[in-house]
Amino acid sequence: MSATLLSVQTLNGLQLGVLLFLVAAGLTLVFGVMDFINLAHGVQFMIGAYLAAMFTALTDNFFLGLGLALPAALTLGLALEWLVFRHLYARDHLDQVLATFGIILFLNQAVKFVWGAAPLSVPVPTLLSGSIQLMEGLRYPIYRLAVIGAGIAVALLLSLLVSRTRIGMLVRAGAANAPMVSALGVDIGRLFMLVFGFGAMLAGFAGAMVAPLVSVEPGMGDNLLILTFVVIVIGGIGSIRGAFIAALLVGLVDTLGRAFGPLVLRLFLDASAASQAGQALAPMLIYILMAAVLFVRPAGLFPVRR
Amino acid sequence: MKIWDKGFTRGIRGGFLAAVVLAALPAGAAAQEKVRIGLLTTLSGPAATLGQQSRDAFLLAVKTLGGKLGGLEADIVVVDDELKPDVAVTRARGLVERDKVDFVVGPIFSNILIAIHKPVTDAGAFLISPNAGTSNFAGRQCHPNFFVASYQNDQNHEVMGKYAQDKGFKKVFLLAPNYQAGKDSLAGFKRHFKGEIVGEEYVPLNTADFSGELAKIAAAKPDAFFTFMPGGLGVNLVRQYHQAGLASTIPFLSAFTVDESTLPAQKEAALGFFGGSNWAPDMKNAQSEAFVTAYEAAFGTVPGSYAMHGYDAALLIDAAIRTAGGKVSDRNALRAGLRKADFTSLRGDFRMGANHYPVQDFYVVQVVRRPDGKYATSLRQKVFDDYVDAYAKDCQMRAN
Amino acid sequence: MSGAHPTAGPLRDRRPRLAGLILAGLATLPLLGALGADSYVLLLVTRVMIFAVAAISLDLILGYGAMVSFGHAAFMGIGAYAVGILATHGIEDLLAQAGVAILVSAGFAALTGAVSLRTKGVHFIMITLAFGQMAFFLAVSLAAYGGDDGLTIARRSTVLGAEWLGNATIFYYLVLAVLAATLLACRALVAARFGRVLRGTRENPVRMQAIGFEPFRYQLTAYVISGAICGLSGVLIANQTNFISPAYMAWQRSGELIVMVVLGGMGTLIGPLIGALAYLLIEEWLAGITEHWKMIFGPLLILVVLHARGGLVGAITRITGGRHG
Repeated sequence: MSATLLSVQTLNGLQLGVLLFLVAAGLTLVFGVMDFINLAHGVQFMIGAYLAAMFTALTDNFFLGLGLALPAALTLGLALEWLVFRHLYARDHLDQVLATFGIILFLNQAVKFVWGAAPLSVPVPTLLSGSIQLMEGLRYPIYRLAVIGAGIAVALLLSLLVSRTRIGMLVRAGAANAPMVSALGVDIGRLFMLVFGFGAMLAGFAGAMVAPLVSVEPGMGDNLLILTFVVIVIGGIGSIRGAFIAALLVGLVDTLGRAFGPLVLRLFLDASAASQAGQALAPMLIYILMAAVLFVRPAGLFPVRR
Repeated sequence: MKIWDKGFTRGIRGGFLAAVVLAALPAGAAAQEKVRIGLLTTLSGPAATLGQQSRDAFLLAVKTLGGKLGGLEADIVVVDDELKPDVAVTRARGLVERDKVDFVVGPIFSNILIAIHKPVTDAGAFLISPNAGTSNFAGRQCHPNFFVASYQNDQNHEVMGKYAQDKGFKKVFLLAPNYQAGKDSLAGFKRHFKGEIVGEEYVPLNTADFSGELAKIAAAKPDAFFTFMPGGLGVNLVRQYHQAGLASTIPFLSAFTVDESTLPAQKEAALGFFGGSNWAPDMKNAQSEAFVTAYEAAFGTVPGSYAMHGYDAALLIDAAIRTAGGKVSDRNALRAGLRKADFTSLRGDFRMGANHYPVQDFYVVQVVRRPDGKYATSLRQKVFDDYVDAYAKDCQMRAN
Repeated sequence: MSGAHPTAGPLRDRRPRLAGLILAGLATLPLLGALGADSYVLLLVTRVMIFAVAAISLDLILGYGAMVSFGHAAFMGIGAYAVGILATHGIEDLLAQAGVAILVSAGFAALTGAVSLRTKGVHFIMITLAFGQMAFFLAVSLAAYGGDDGLTIARRSTVLGAEWLGNATIFYYLVLAVLAATLLACRALVAARFGRVLRGTRENPVRMQAIGFEPFRYQLTAYVISGAICGLSGVLIANQTNFISPAYMAWQRSGELIVMVVLGGMGTLIGPLIGALAYLLIEEWLAGITEHWKMIFGPLLILVVLHARGGLVGAITRITGGRHG
């Protein structure tokens, strides 16, 4: 039984990791390519979930809802880019932090203004509503497999896009030396706008995909934002591969630590002390992981060379 | 001083002017025969939905009473505690010091209650809690100026523990968020449940994915599952519990997890789940039915216990002022009125206990789909009659 | 003070004047209160000044050493918990509490700083966040001291056995004195050789090393001083609210401190004071107008970033610059 439980928990950890990667992908792209700290990535994730909830309710079909939510998230991202972000590319990181913090305040309240403060939910699409038997008494929803599939697809797509296409090449070049690329006749402003819009859409996609699993509520992106920052910093900023591996690592450490931490501690402590220490340590685990990784490798696991 | 040149001293002169302007801005209102009330609830963040229910229902009650409480014109200031204790303390002191309120009605959360209790009661105002009812203020630290219109925090959990015991469940799995209220919850459940606890797990407060815990529950094969997962946590857990197929095999017992604040998002995933409560929207009495109708007409959603307590808090104040003969300045008379609590509560049977926490009945409720398609909790059976909380015996209430 | 800001140009002359203006204004406020002004204003401004102390301590490392600490609220929390924990055990003397608060926060800063300073830039931001979160969760797990619920402190700290701080005006002036002392001490520090080296490590650490200064030692010293001052602000907030809570260490609070510094103008010391004033007073004012105040406040912050380079101090000095340039 213990072996079954261990493998089920490992699967759960991997699944949390893929979910984190979905959100982290857009963030690491914008951060790595444009050297831009976008704290608003979390609220863009939230907006994606809200848009999916609204359009799914309107069309009564999750896939139609998703199809409408994506361009809407893209439009919002481009609008934000035009209004705020493009004026900040050349500015200090902390100016970006302050401005995107302002966007967080605004959008977290705006969704409450528009959709109310009560949590919303998105039904699991009927096509993917089945489940498979995982162990005795526990079923695993097919939809979760779909989310894992989407995460892996995004990972493959991004690595292909960045390493194999002309746009990807320009993006990499633009990140390394923007004035040079600009001198070669490439419109760097448009390039950055494209990357940013794509990042916003990725955030929205992640939000829409997890909406059938979690509660859609104001501020749902805030804690996730911190987690995704942990992921991209462990992975090495700008590295898609690093983000993927770090996301899996964080997912596994968090899930397995919560599941088996007290058991491990019981080797050294008595039962009640182990359970208390386990409760205190569990939420700290990923931060301890990040501090340890940065201590050994100050630029993360896969630093991108500039 | 060498560090700052003469600009520093020139600045000092200008500073006087600015201070004069700042100090002159707010002006105190002249005293009239009015009752002043400060409503302090959580209106920021995900928990705002609870604060809104409480506030809306309180204001609805005042409106129903013709804008008056106890026959006096009611002056109501609403402030947001932002769910930050230091902000709450500042705003609460603003209510008692600047607005000179007679009553502070709030808050929703226990940690905020503990933070504002001292500044409000120290200032001589009455603090009426429409939700949080911590054990410390029910027992040793009970206070003549503090009244609770809801319950003692542990009680809804005790209902479920008693229910599980009476039902003959042998093995139960417990799950709560890793914070004080979560620990109190499980302690409350265990007060009346004497069977075996096959698992007791705590999760972080911002948990979105419960897969790991669900696997543990399935592996433990309990007769029943008890949890306390307020707000968005409950939405996540209930839907994932349902999706994992556990809903059909292991009975779901809970407190503050499936209620009218979360059901609009949980929908059919919560159907048939149990909760412990002192009220449900389908309670059969005239005042409760009128309240539910009026609330739904005004706000379009089904009121939960947060709303019911907000409404009752207004009725409690209304009754106290009437008992005191409209003399708000006579604190002793007001206190006697609050203790007498001479009003018809929405929950029917109600009296104020010696520790200023309600003595009332508790029920098992179950989630149903109403004929109009909305989801709500529904009364199933009474578990406790005229139930006094476990801490009341430790309270030695001062007369004033 | 010449040479302290070789590149700041004519702007720098206005800052001391601004500081004097604000401090004098703050010192006058309670006197007007005695004439019938609102005691709530006093309360609010006390809170502002406490946050200003914390924000100034952050500016010392953020503005002058390019060390963006995203876990600074932890120090404030440590200071607050020092008061709460000592008071529970009967030690209510302010000096004892402040001493412990400063020692423990300095110790925590030395420990975490030594690890964090191995990294730079965004990685430094994140590793300080990690330590801040660890402190937060540690406080949550302290069930004996209220855990997540927090802990009420029965009365304010005593000074030589006397309960002077219970008086709002005396407490106000104590906070003001701490604020003024913090401002002056930090000003002296950045104007001294120490501050020049610190700024040098920000601009060009390699060169500083080449001319014989070990950047790490200067940065760590600044980090420890900053942490200690922030711990002191925690002593004040615990006294002001008569309450301690893990919420004081939440990452959102650390974020608010950064926002206050950047909003006011980083690397100016007076900027964080103005930032704290603006942030908390505007919040209070807008929250009194509408429940949806964040929808106004958010865009306001964005406008400041877009149109007022160097934060509010930059804007003020530019506006008044014409006359005194």
